[in-house]
This record gives sequence, C-alpha cells and structure tokens, in this order.
Amino acid sequence: MQVPAPVEYARAISVEHAIGLLGRLGEEARLIAGGHSLLPMMKLRLANPEYLVDINDLHAELGYIEVGPTEVRLGAMTRHRELLESDPLAAVCPIFRDAERVIADPPVRNRGTLGGALCQADPSEDLSSVCTALDASCVIQGADGVRVVPMDDFHRGPYETAVGHAEILTEVRIPIRPGGSSAYAKVDRRAGDWAVVAAGAALWLDEHATIADARVGLAAVGPHTTHLPEVSRALRGREPSEAAWELAGGIAASACRPVTDSRGSADYKRHLAGELTRRTLRTAWERARERGGASWR
Amino acid sequence: MTVNGEVVTRDVEARLLLVHFLRDELGLTGTHWGCDTSNCGTCVVLYDDEPVKSCTVLAVMAGGHDVRTVESLEWEGQLDPVQQGFMECHGLQCGFCTSGMLMSARALLDRDPDPSEATIREAISGQICRCTGYASIVRSVRWAAEHPAGGVG
Repeated sequence: MQVPAPVEYARAISVEHAIGLLGRLGEEARLIAGGHSLLPMMKLRLANPEYLVDINDLHAELGYIEVGPTEVRLGAMTRHRELLESDPLAAVCPIFRDAERVIADPPVRNRGTLGGALCQADPSEDLSSVCTALDASCVIQGADGVRVVPMDDFHRGPYETAVGHAEILTEVRIPIRPGGSSAYAKVDRRAGDWAVVAAGAALWLDEHATIADARVGLAAVGPHTTHLPEVSRALRGREPSEAAWELAGGIAASACRPVTDSRGSADYKRHLAGELTRRTLRTAWERARERGGASWR
Repeated sequence: MTVNGEVVTRDVEARLLLVHFLRDELGLTGTHWGCDTSNCGTCVVLYDDEPVKSCTVLAVMAGGHDVRTVESLEWEGQLDPVQQGFMECHGLQCGFCTSGMLMSARALLDRDPDPSEATIREAISGQICRCTGYASIVRSVRWAAEHPAGGVG
C-alpha cells in the first residue's frame, strides 16, 4: 500500500497568498497543483514535504489560454485537457495538441497542469521540450516581484528549475513569429506510458521559404536535451529538404545520452531520437507551408 | 465535499487519499483500489463531472467539490444505461475494472451522447482491463449510447 507520509495542508486563495504561505512555512513546504507528479513521489517517499500548499483554487486566476497576434500566454494552472482541447492554441502551436494527445491519459489530463509538469522537470516529461522548442519564457513570481526567464534557463536539468523557494510559476509566454509551425511525436510502449523517446520541433521560414530558425527538443534521452542548439545552428539558412532533416536527425541522435532500460536499449533510443527529429521537422515544415499559403511553397 | 449528492464533512489526515476516504470513511466500496500508481484506473470517480483517478487526489483537495462514485449510477431501482449496457454486452468478466470503466463511460456520454468507437477507446485509454475485455466494454458503451433511456424499448 502506497500512502504519503504525514503532511500539513493549506489552501491558497491567491498567488500572493501562496507566496506568503511558502515564505512562512519554510523550505519544507511545496505547492501542489494537479498533484499527478508530486503525489506519486510522496507515496514513494521520494518527496517528503512537511506542508502542502494547494493552489487548485487559483485555477480561475491562472488557468487561461490567451492567443494574441504576437504572443501566446498560458496560465500555469491550465490543465493538460484544456491545452489539448484548445483550437486557438492548436492553430498557432500545433505541437501542443500533438503532445497532449500522448501525455498520460484522459483522467490524468483532467488534473495535471502545465506549471506542474514544467516545475517537476522530469527528464521524460513532454512539455519542457514543447515549451523550449517554442522558445517560450516563464513568468516566476515571488515576494519581491516578477521575473521572466527563458525556457533554456528555466529548465536546469532533471527535477531542477529556476523557480526558487517561495516562488511560483504563474505563466508561460510563447512568441508567435511569422512563417512558423511545430510538431511533436512520441514512441511509447502503451497508451499513457512514459516516452521511450519523444521529440518536439518548431521551425520558421523566411520570405524566401528557407529556414530562418528551427528548434528541436528531445525527452527521455538524457538530462539536457530539451533544446539542441547544434541542430538549430545546422538548419538556419538551409533549404527545407529531406537532406536537411537527415542532417538534423543525425545531430540529434549523437547529441543525446540515452540509457538502456526496460523501455529499450540505448542504441534503439538513439535511433528513435534521429527518426523522431526527422519526422517532427518534416511535419512542422509541411504545416508552416500550409499556414503560409502560396507564398511559402 | 458532496459525494453522490450528499454533503459529507469529516476530519481527516491531510495525507488520506480520496480512494481510501470513499472506501474506508464513507463505506463506498464500489470504487476499487488497484495499482496505487495512477496507472490502472479502477479507482476512477467523477470529480466535478470529469473522471479522475482517486488514488492520486488527496481527500482534503476534494473538499468543496462534487464527487460521484459508481454507487450514484443506479437511481430508484433503475440501472444507468451504461450499467445496463455492460450487462447486455458482457462488458465485465472479473469486474475489478468495472466501476472505473462505468464512470468514464458515464462522463463520456454526458459530454458526447453518440461517441465513435475511437472516441470510446480514447476515453477508457487510462484504464486497464486485465481480463482484456476491451472489445466488449466498447460495445457496452455503444449500447448505452444507443439506449439513452436504458433497458426499456
């Protein structure tokens, strides 16, 4: 029987209240949102907070998807299901719907949140790669105010983020640049399982339909793979082509550090990293052309 | 919280999981307790009308919210169409996954009264039937969709 260790519980009624509670309760206090990362870790006694500050009542304040002309703003309490079902979000960032379709399962998606996934920073978790591919920034609020941190700095490694004690991730901001689109793909053993390997790609075309920029992130193949800058360097200025995707796939396969486990051998995962990189870049490019209309063809 | 339409108030330890609260505090043992790791889905209940895995929700977190368990499906001696469908189409063998399957099916039909087979499979994709009776479960949910008034007619 798996049950968490004894813990005290408080409910926050606003972001400021949550920050105040965390500050007052000390280092052993943790925020709980959907709870689908933290509670399993508490059951396994891998996490043993003394206090839980429940922020589910902040969904009204922090659960939103705002798609503007130059930026998408996602509240940190937005649940997986809301990200999956949002048509405006899928129109500008199709990578979200691709990823959310394969994140856990429907009952889990009803509870789990964007902020919870990013703050857990599990190396097999999908949304860190998604947000990093999209060049997103995270809004972190503390007693002293608000700071905005790019995903590259936010995600520091497995289970580690830029969010300090008595701080809360409130929002994710995604810039919308012209000529862009995105895609995500995962190989898993069965519905709802963690990824064997997953890849996300975002790509932007310039007015000549060459690649202005491209970003690829991998999940489940090592500690620092949410962004592969060497892929971006190799693709910028190139013509979109099978040769370009091939090149990127090769770089991704050699840049990751998978380990052999029950989900597959390191070699197999490396193969998947390359293949999924090629597929997601190809899909992102096809979508960017469709969105751009005739001028991108 | 409200459980199956009744307001219940209890003092509980913060670490008590919703599944144990329902079973041990309220005696509602229709909700099954399975894998403990939010994989198997036998503990699915409706939380503000949507399926959640009650092994991964603290009872205190559900305070002020509306929870429905399998015990709420039958009403005044009349089975819910999804219960009737599981009987008509042999949607259960050992019955261990059934209460969770029924609740997901109910939530699905409340949202989409005429779901396709693919939609049904997606809706129950977070739940495991170890008798592997998925085809019969999908047929049972379709039966319920086609008989929204239940067994009559």
